[in-house]
Amino acid sequence: MQIPYTVETRPDTGLYNAKLGIWLFLASEVMLFGSLFSSYILLRTGAPVWPHGRDMGLNVPLATLNTLILIGSSVTMVMSWASLKLKDFAKFRLYMGLTILCALGFMVIKAIEYSAKFHHHLYPSKNTFLAVYFTLTGLHGLHVLGGMIVNGYLWGPGAKLWKRDPERFTNRIEVAGLYWHFVDLVWIFLFPTLYLL
Amino acid sequence: MDAHAQAHDDHDSPEAIRRQTRLYILVFAALMALTVITVAVSYLHLSPHLAVLVALLIAGIKGSMVAAYFMHLISEKKAIYAILILTVAFFVVLMAIPTLSHWDQRFMP
Repeated sequence: MQIPYTVETRPDTGLYNAKLGIWLFLASEVMLFGSLFSSYILLRTGAPVWPHGRDMGLNVPLATLNTLILIGSSVTMVMSWASLKLKDFAKFRLYMGLTILCALGFMVIKAIEYSAKFHHHLYPSKNTFLAVYFTLTGLHGLHVLGGMIVNGYLWGPGAKLWKRDPERFTNRIEVAGLYWHFVDLVWIFLFPTLYLL
Repeated sequence: MDAHAQAHDDHDSPEAIRRQTRLYILVFAALMALTVITVAVSYLHLSPHLAVLVALLIAGIKGSMVAAYFMHLISEKKAIYAILILTVAFFVVLMAIPTLSHWDQRFMP
């Protein structure tokens, strides 16, 4: 059975189905991260004192570098989609490869940050700040990992679809891109609220 | 070809895509600059309320740029706007929960 509306738009929504699907998924993701942010605000405003990220040993220069890397990966992701729109598959491969490398760089830096905390016996159980920090950054890190797996598939074996059905493959990249930009967007709020305030 | 299909074709033409890629580079530069600014501001030792306001304002601008240009929300279909309006409404409720708790504590006898 053929999956309907993978390329052509549905008359009632004006969208291909995967695009509607990813936006519904992202709406649920907004609520997931929103509930954690809400809990963070509640815990922070309810606490008699709240430490500054720097005082808890958070590495602001490394996190700033990570922010720049993730923003960079968002640009390469959207450029990979634009390359397919321009029928330039080689450039798609280049930009998608760079996106995956940036994601890998982000995860390596995050691992360095985490290991520095563990080295100093700073675990989630130590205090509320660290519990919030590890929960939010850990969940975000899992999202980065998920994006890397999907993008890796689309860069590698999944790219065969380009030869069979280029428009459908371009739509897959757009959908993967929407997810990836959302992951970037979440970090844009996590970075100042955890590290800088 | 009707007007809507014509608009869609214009939006997806190679010229339009090339124009968009130039815009992506500009947005990228702006996002980088705003990241540096938000870090620099954090070293100014502003009052806590002002620091939160400035940090969230900059994050809001950055987030809006990502959503508008990279996620193409600046020109999307009505169905997606409808989903997002509902999402924003529930998100606002979520963010209001800590405020309710704050007022509850303040006025409890």
